Amino acid sequence: MDRPSEAQGSAATQFRGISLASPRATDPAALTEKISIKNLEFFYGSHKTLKDISLSIYDRRVTAFIGPSGCGKSTLLRVLNRMYDLYPGQRAAGTVLLDGQDILSPKQDINLLRARIGMVFQRPTPFPMSIFDNVAFGMRLYERLSQSEIDGRVEEALKGAALWNEVKEKLNQSGLSLSGGQQQRLCIARAIAVRPSVLLLDEPASALDPISTAKIEELIDSLQSQYTIAIVTHNMQQAARVSDFTAFLLMGELVEFSRTEDIFTKPADPRTEAYVTGRFG
Amino acid sequence: MTLYERRKMKNRIALAASGVAALIGLFWLLAILGTLVVNGVSALSFELFTESTPPPGSAGGLLNAMFGSLVMSVFGIVIGTPVGILAGTYLAEYGKSNALASLIRFINDVLLSAPSIIIGLFVYELMVVPMGHFSAWAGTVALALIVIPVVLRTTEDMLNLVPDSLREAAAGLGAPKWQVVSHVVYRAARSGIVTGILLSIARVSGETAPLLFTALNNQFWSANMNAPMANLPVVIFTYALSPYEDWRRLAWGGALLITVTILVLNIAARLLTSRSSVRQ
Repeated sequence: MDRPSEAQGSAATQFRGISLASPRATDPAALTEKISIKNLEFFYGSHKTLKDISLSIYDRRVTAFIGPSGCGKSTLLRVLNRMYDLYPGQRAAGTVLLDGQDILSPKQDINLLRARIGMVFQRPTPFPMSIFDNVAFGMRLYERLSQSEIDGRVEEALKGAALWNEVKEKLNQSGLSLSGGQQQRLCIARAIAVRPSVLLLDEPASALDPISTAKIEELIDSLQSQYTIAIVTHNMQQAARVSDFTAFLLMGELVEFSRTEDIFTKPADPRTEAYVTGRFG
Repeated sequence: MTLYERRKMKNRIALAASGVAALIGLFWLLAILGTLVVNGVSALSFELFTESTPPPGSAGGLLNAMFGSLVMSVFGIVIGTPVGILAGTYLAEYGKSNALASLIRFINDVLLSAPSIIIGLFVYELMVVPMGHFSAWAGTVALALIVIPVVLRTTEDMLNLVPDSLREAAAGLGAPKWQVVSHVVYRAARSGIVTGILLSIARVSGETAPLLFTALNNQFWSANMNAPMANLPVVIFTYALSPYEDWRRLAWGGALLITVTILVLNIAARLLTSRSSVRQ
């Protein structure tokens, strides 16, 4: 289908063979800050892997973190739900405000934080239990629900993750019986079943085939109206396709953070330009 | 002889040597099993399962010994398994490589390879001497002490095989640590842990030394846990060394029963591991 190219706001921009997401309103002045990262530093032991990162993640927009391997993009994502706290020796310094509250504060209840911020990982991680129980797992932790409410929420989450039609006949089968792409959508369903406000996606499609990848990207597109999404990807086309804002990291530093369109069409930093045009990375 | 021919020759020699070694090992194993089956099967009878151990010269069976072995093994497992699983969980999920965990791990390894007669002597000093008599409870405790290190070790190993990504996924949904472990990690490691328990049952069902010093033996039917209790290993030990032909036949029967039990448990454990080991 041809997209109307004259109407600003719905045009799909083509740039160097990369199609960009149809632009949503991306004027920072018109958007609410969901997460505000200020002067963030991160340490593995004494080794500093993130240096003075400051950026904003806007409410109900998709923000992509791109950069070569080891640049710190996954580390940055894992700060946002304090996943690093599971491992002794890892720590973050600086400020990360979620709806104005500092989540790095020692007073922050980590489990409640993680219930508000869902995460999907590089490799699908279905729990060794039925499809239904996988999705119901998170909501049972914090909410007292009747069986019919749970049934409804599971269905809603599976529909939201575009998996319902494929699994509705076999909800009692093990989550491990699904294909890789289905498992990943199951993990997304499991995350949104808890009704978080933010979704963190850590290279969610890198272990999947192209068709499953396309499904995940469509899904991200449909989820962005309800969730604030931060996605890590090593695939620049993917960042261009799904995100509204893009942060380019290099060796622990934030080189450039801007609207995705600008990052790919008129990068301000020569290093960004070199990376997005494929000259290194 | 070319280099290539020499290499082929060496290969043939190595193959022949290892083949012969394997046959020697297998021969003794089959010889033991064969003797056991030949002698044991001839001792099998209906009375073996319905009557208690007889005085010399009269007919009888092993009912009291089977009952005693079963009861003490079951109680030993019931006491030892939770301790082993929880301690293994501490090592794998909480202590990891801290000083206390390293110490526990080291002591557990020592306990795992300690001769079981030492466990028997320990429980003898701990329970039999203060109580003034042998008892089935002392036997149970001795068996539990043998179960703990086996279950602890397999539990820790199996939990370590569960990938961290699964723990992160559960924690990422807001699950507190104890729920991550009990709802997700245990489930992923379940068949491995059950295998460990089965193997520990197999281990205790044949232990003689710890029972010799604790439960001792009982000629008669007894279900009193505070009194000495008959059990298969000690009955085999006593009867096999006796001068009476019918006692020796009973000992063969008992030995066959234990071997078959252990075989069945091992096969069950093997099936469990191969069917669904730790899933990612």
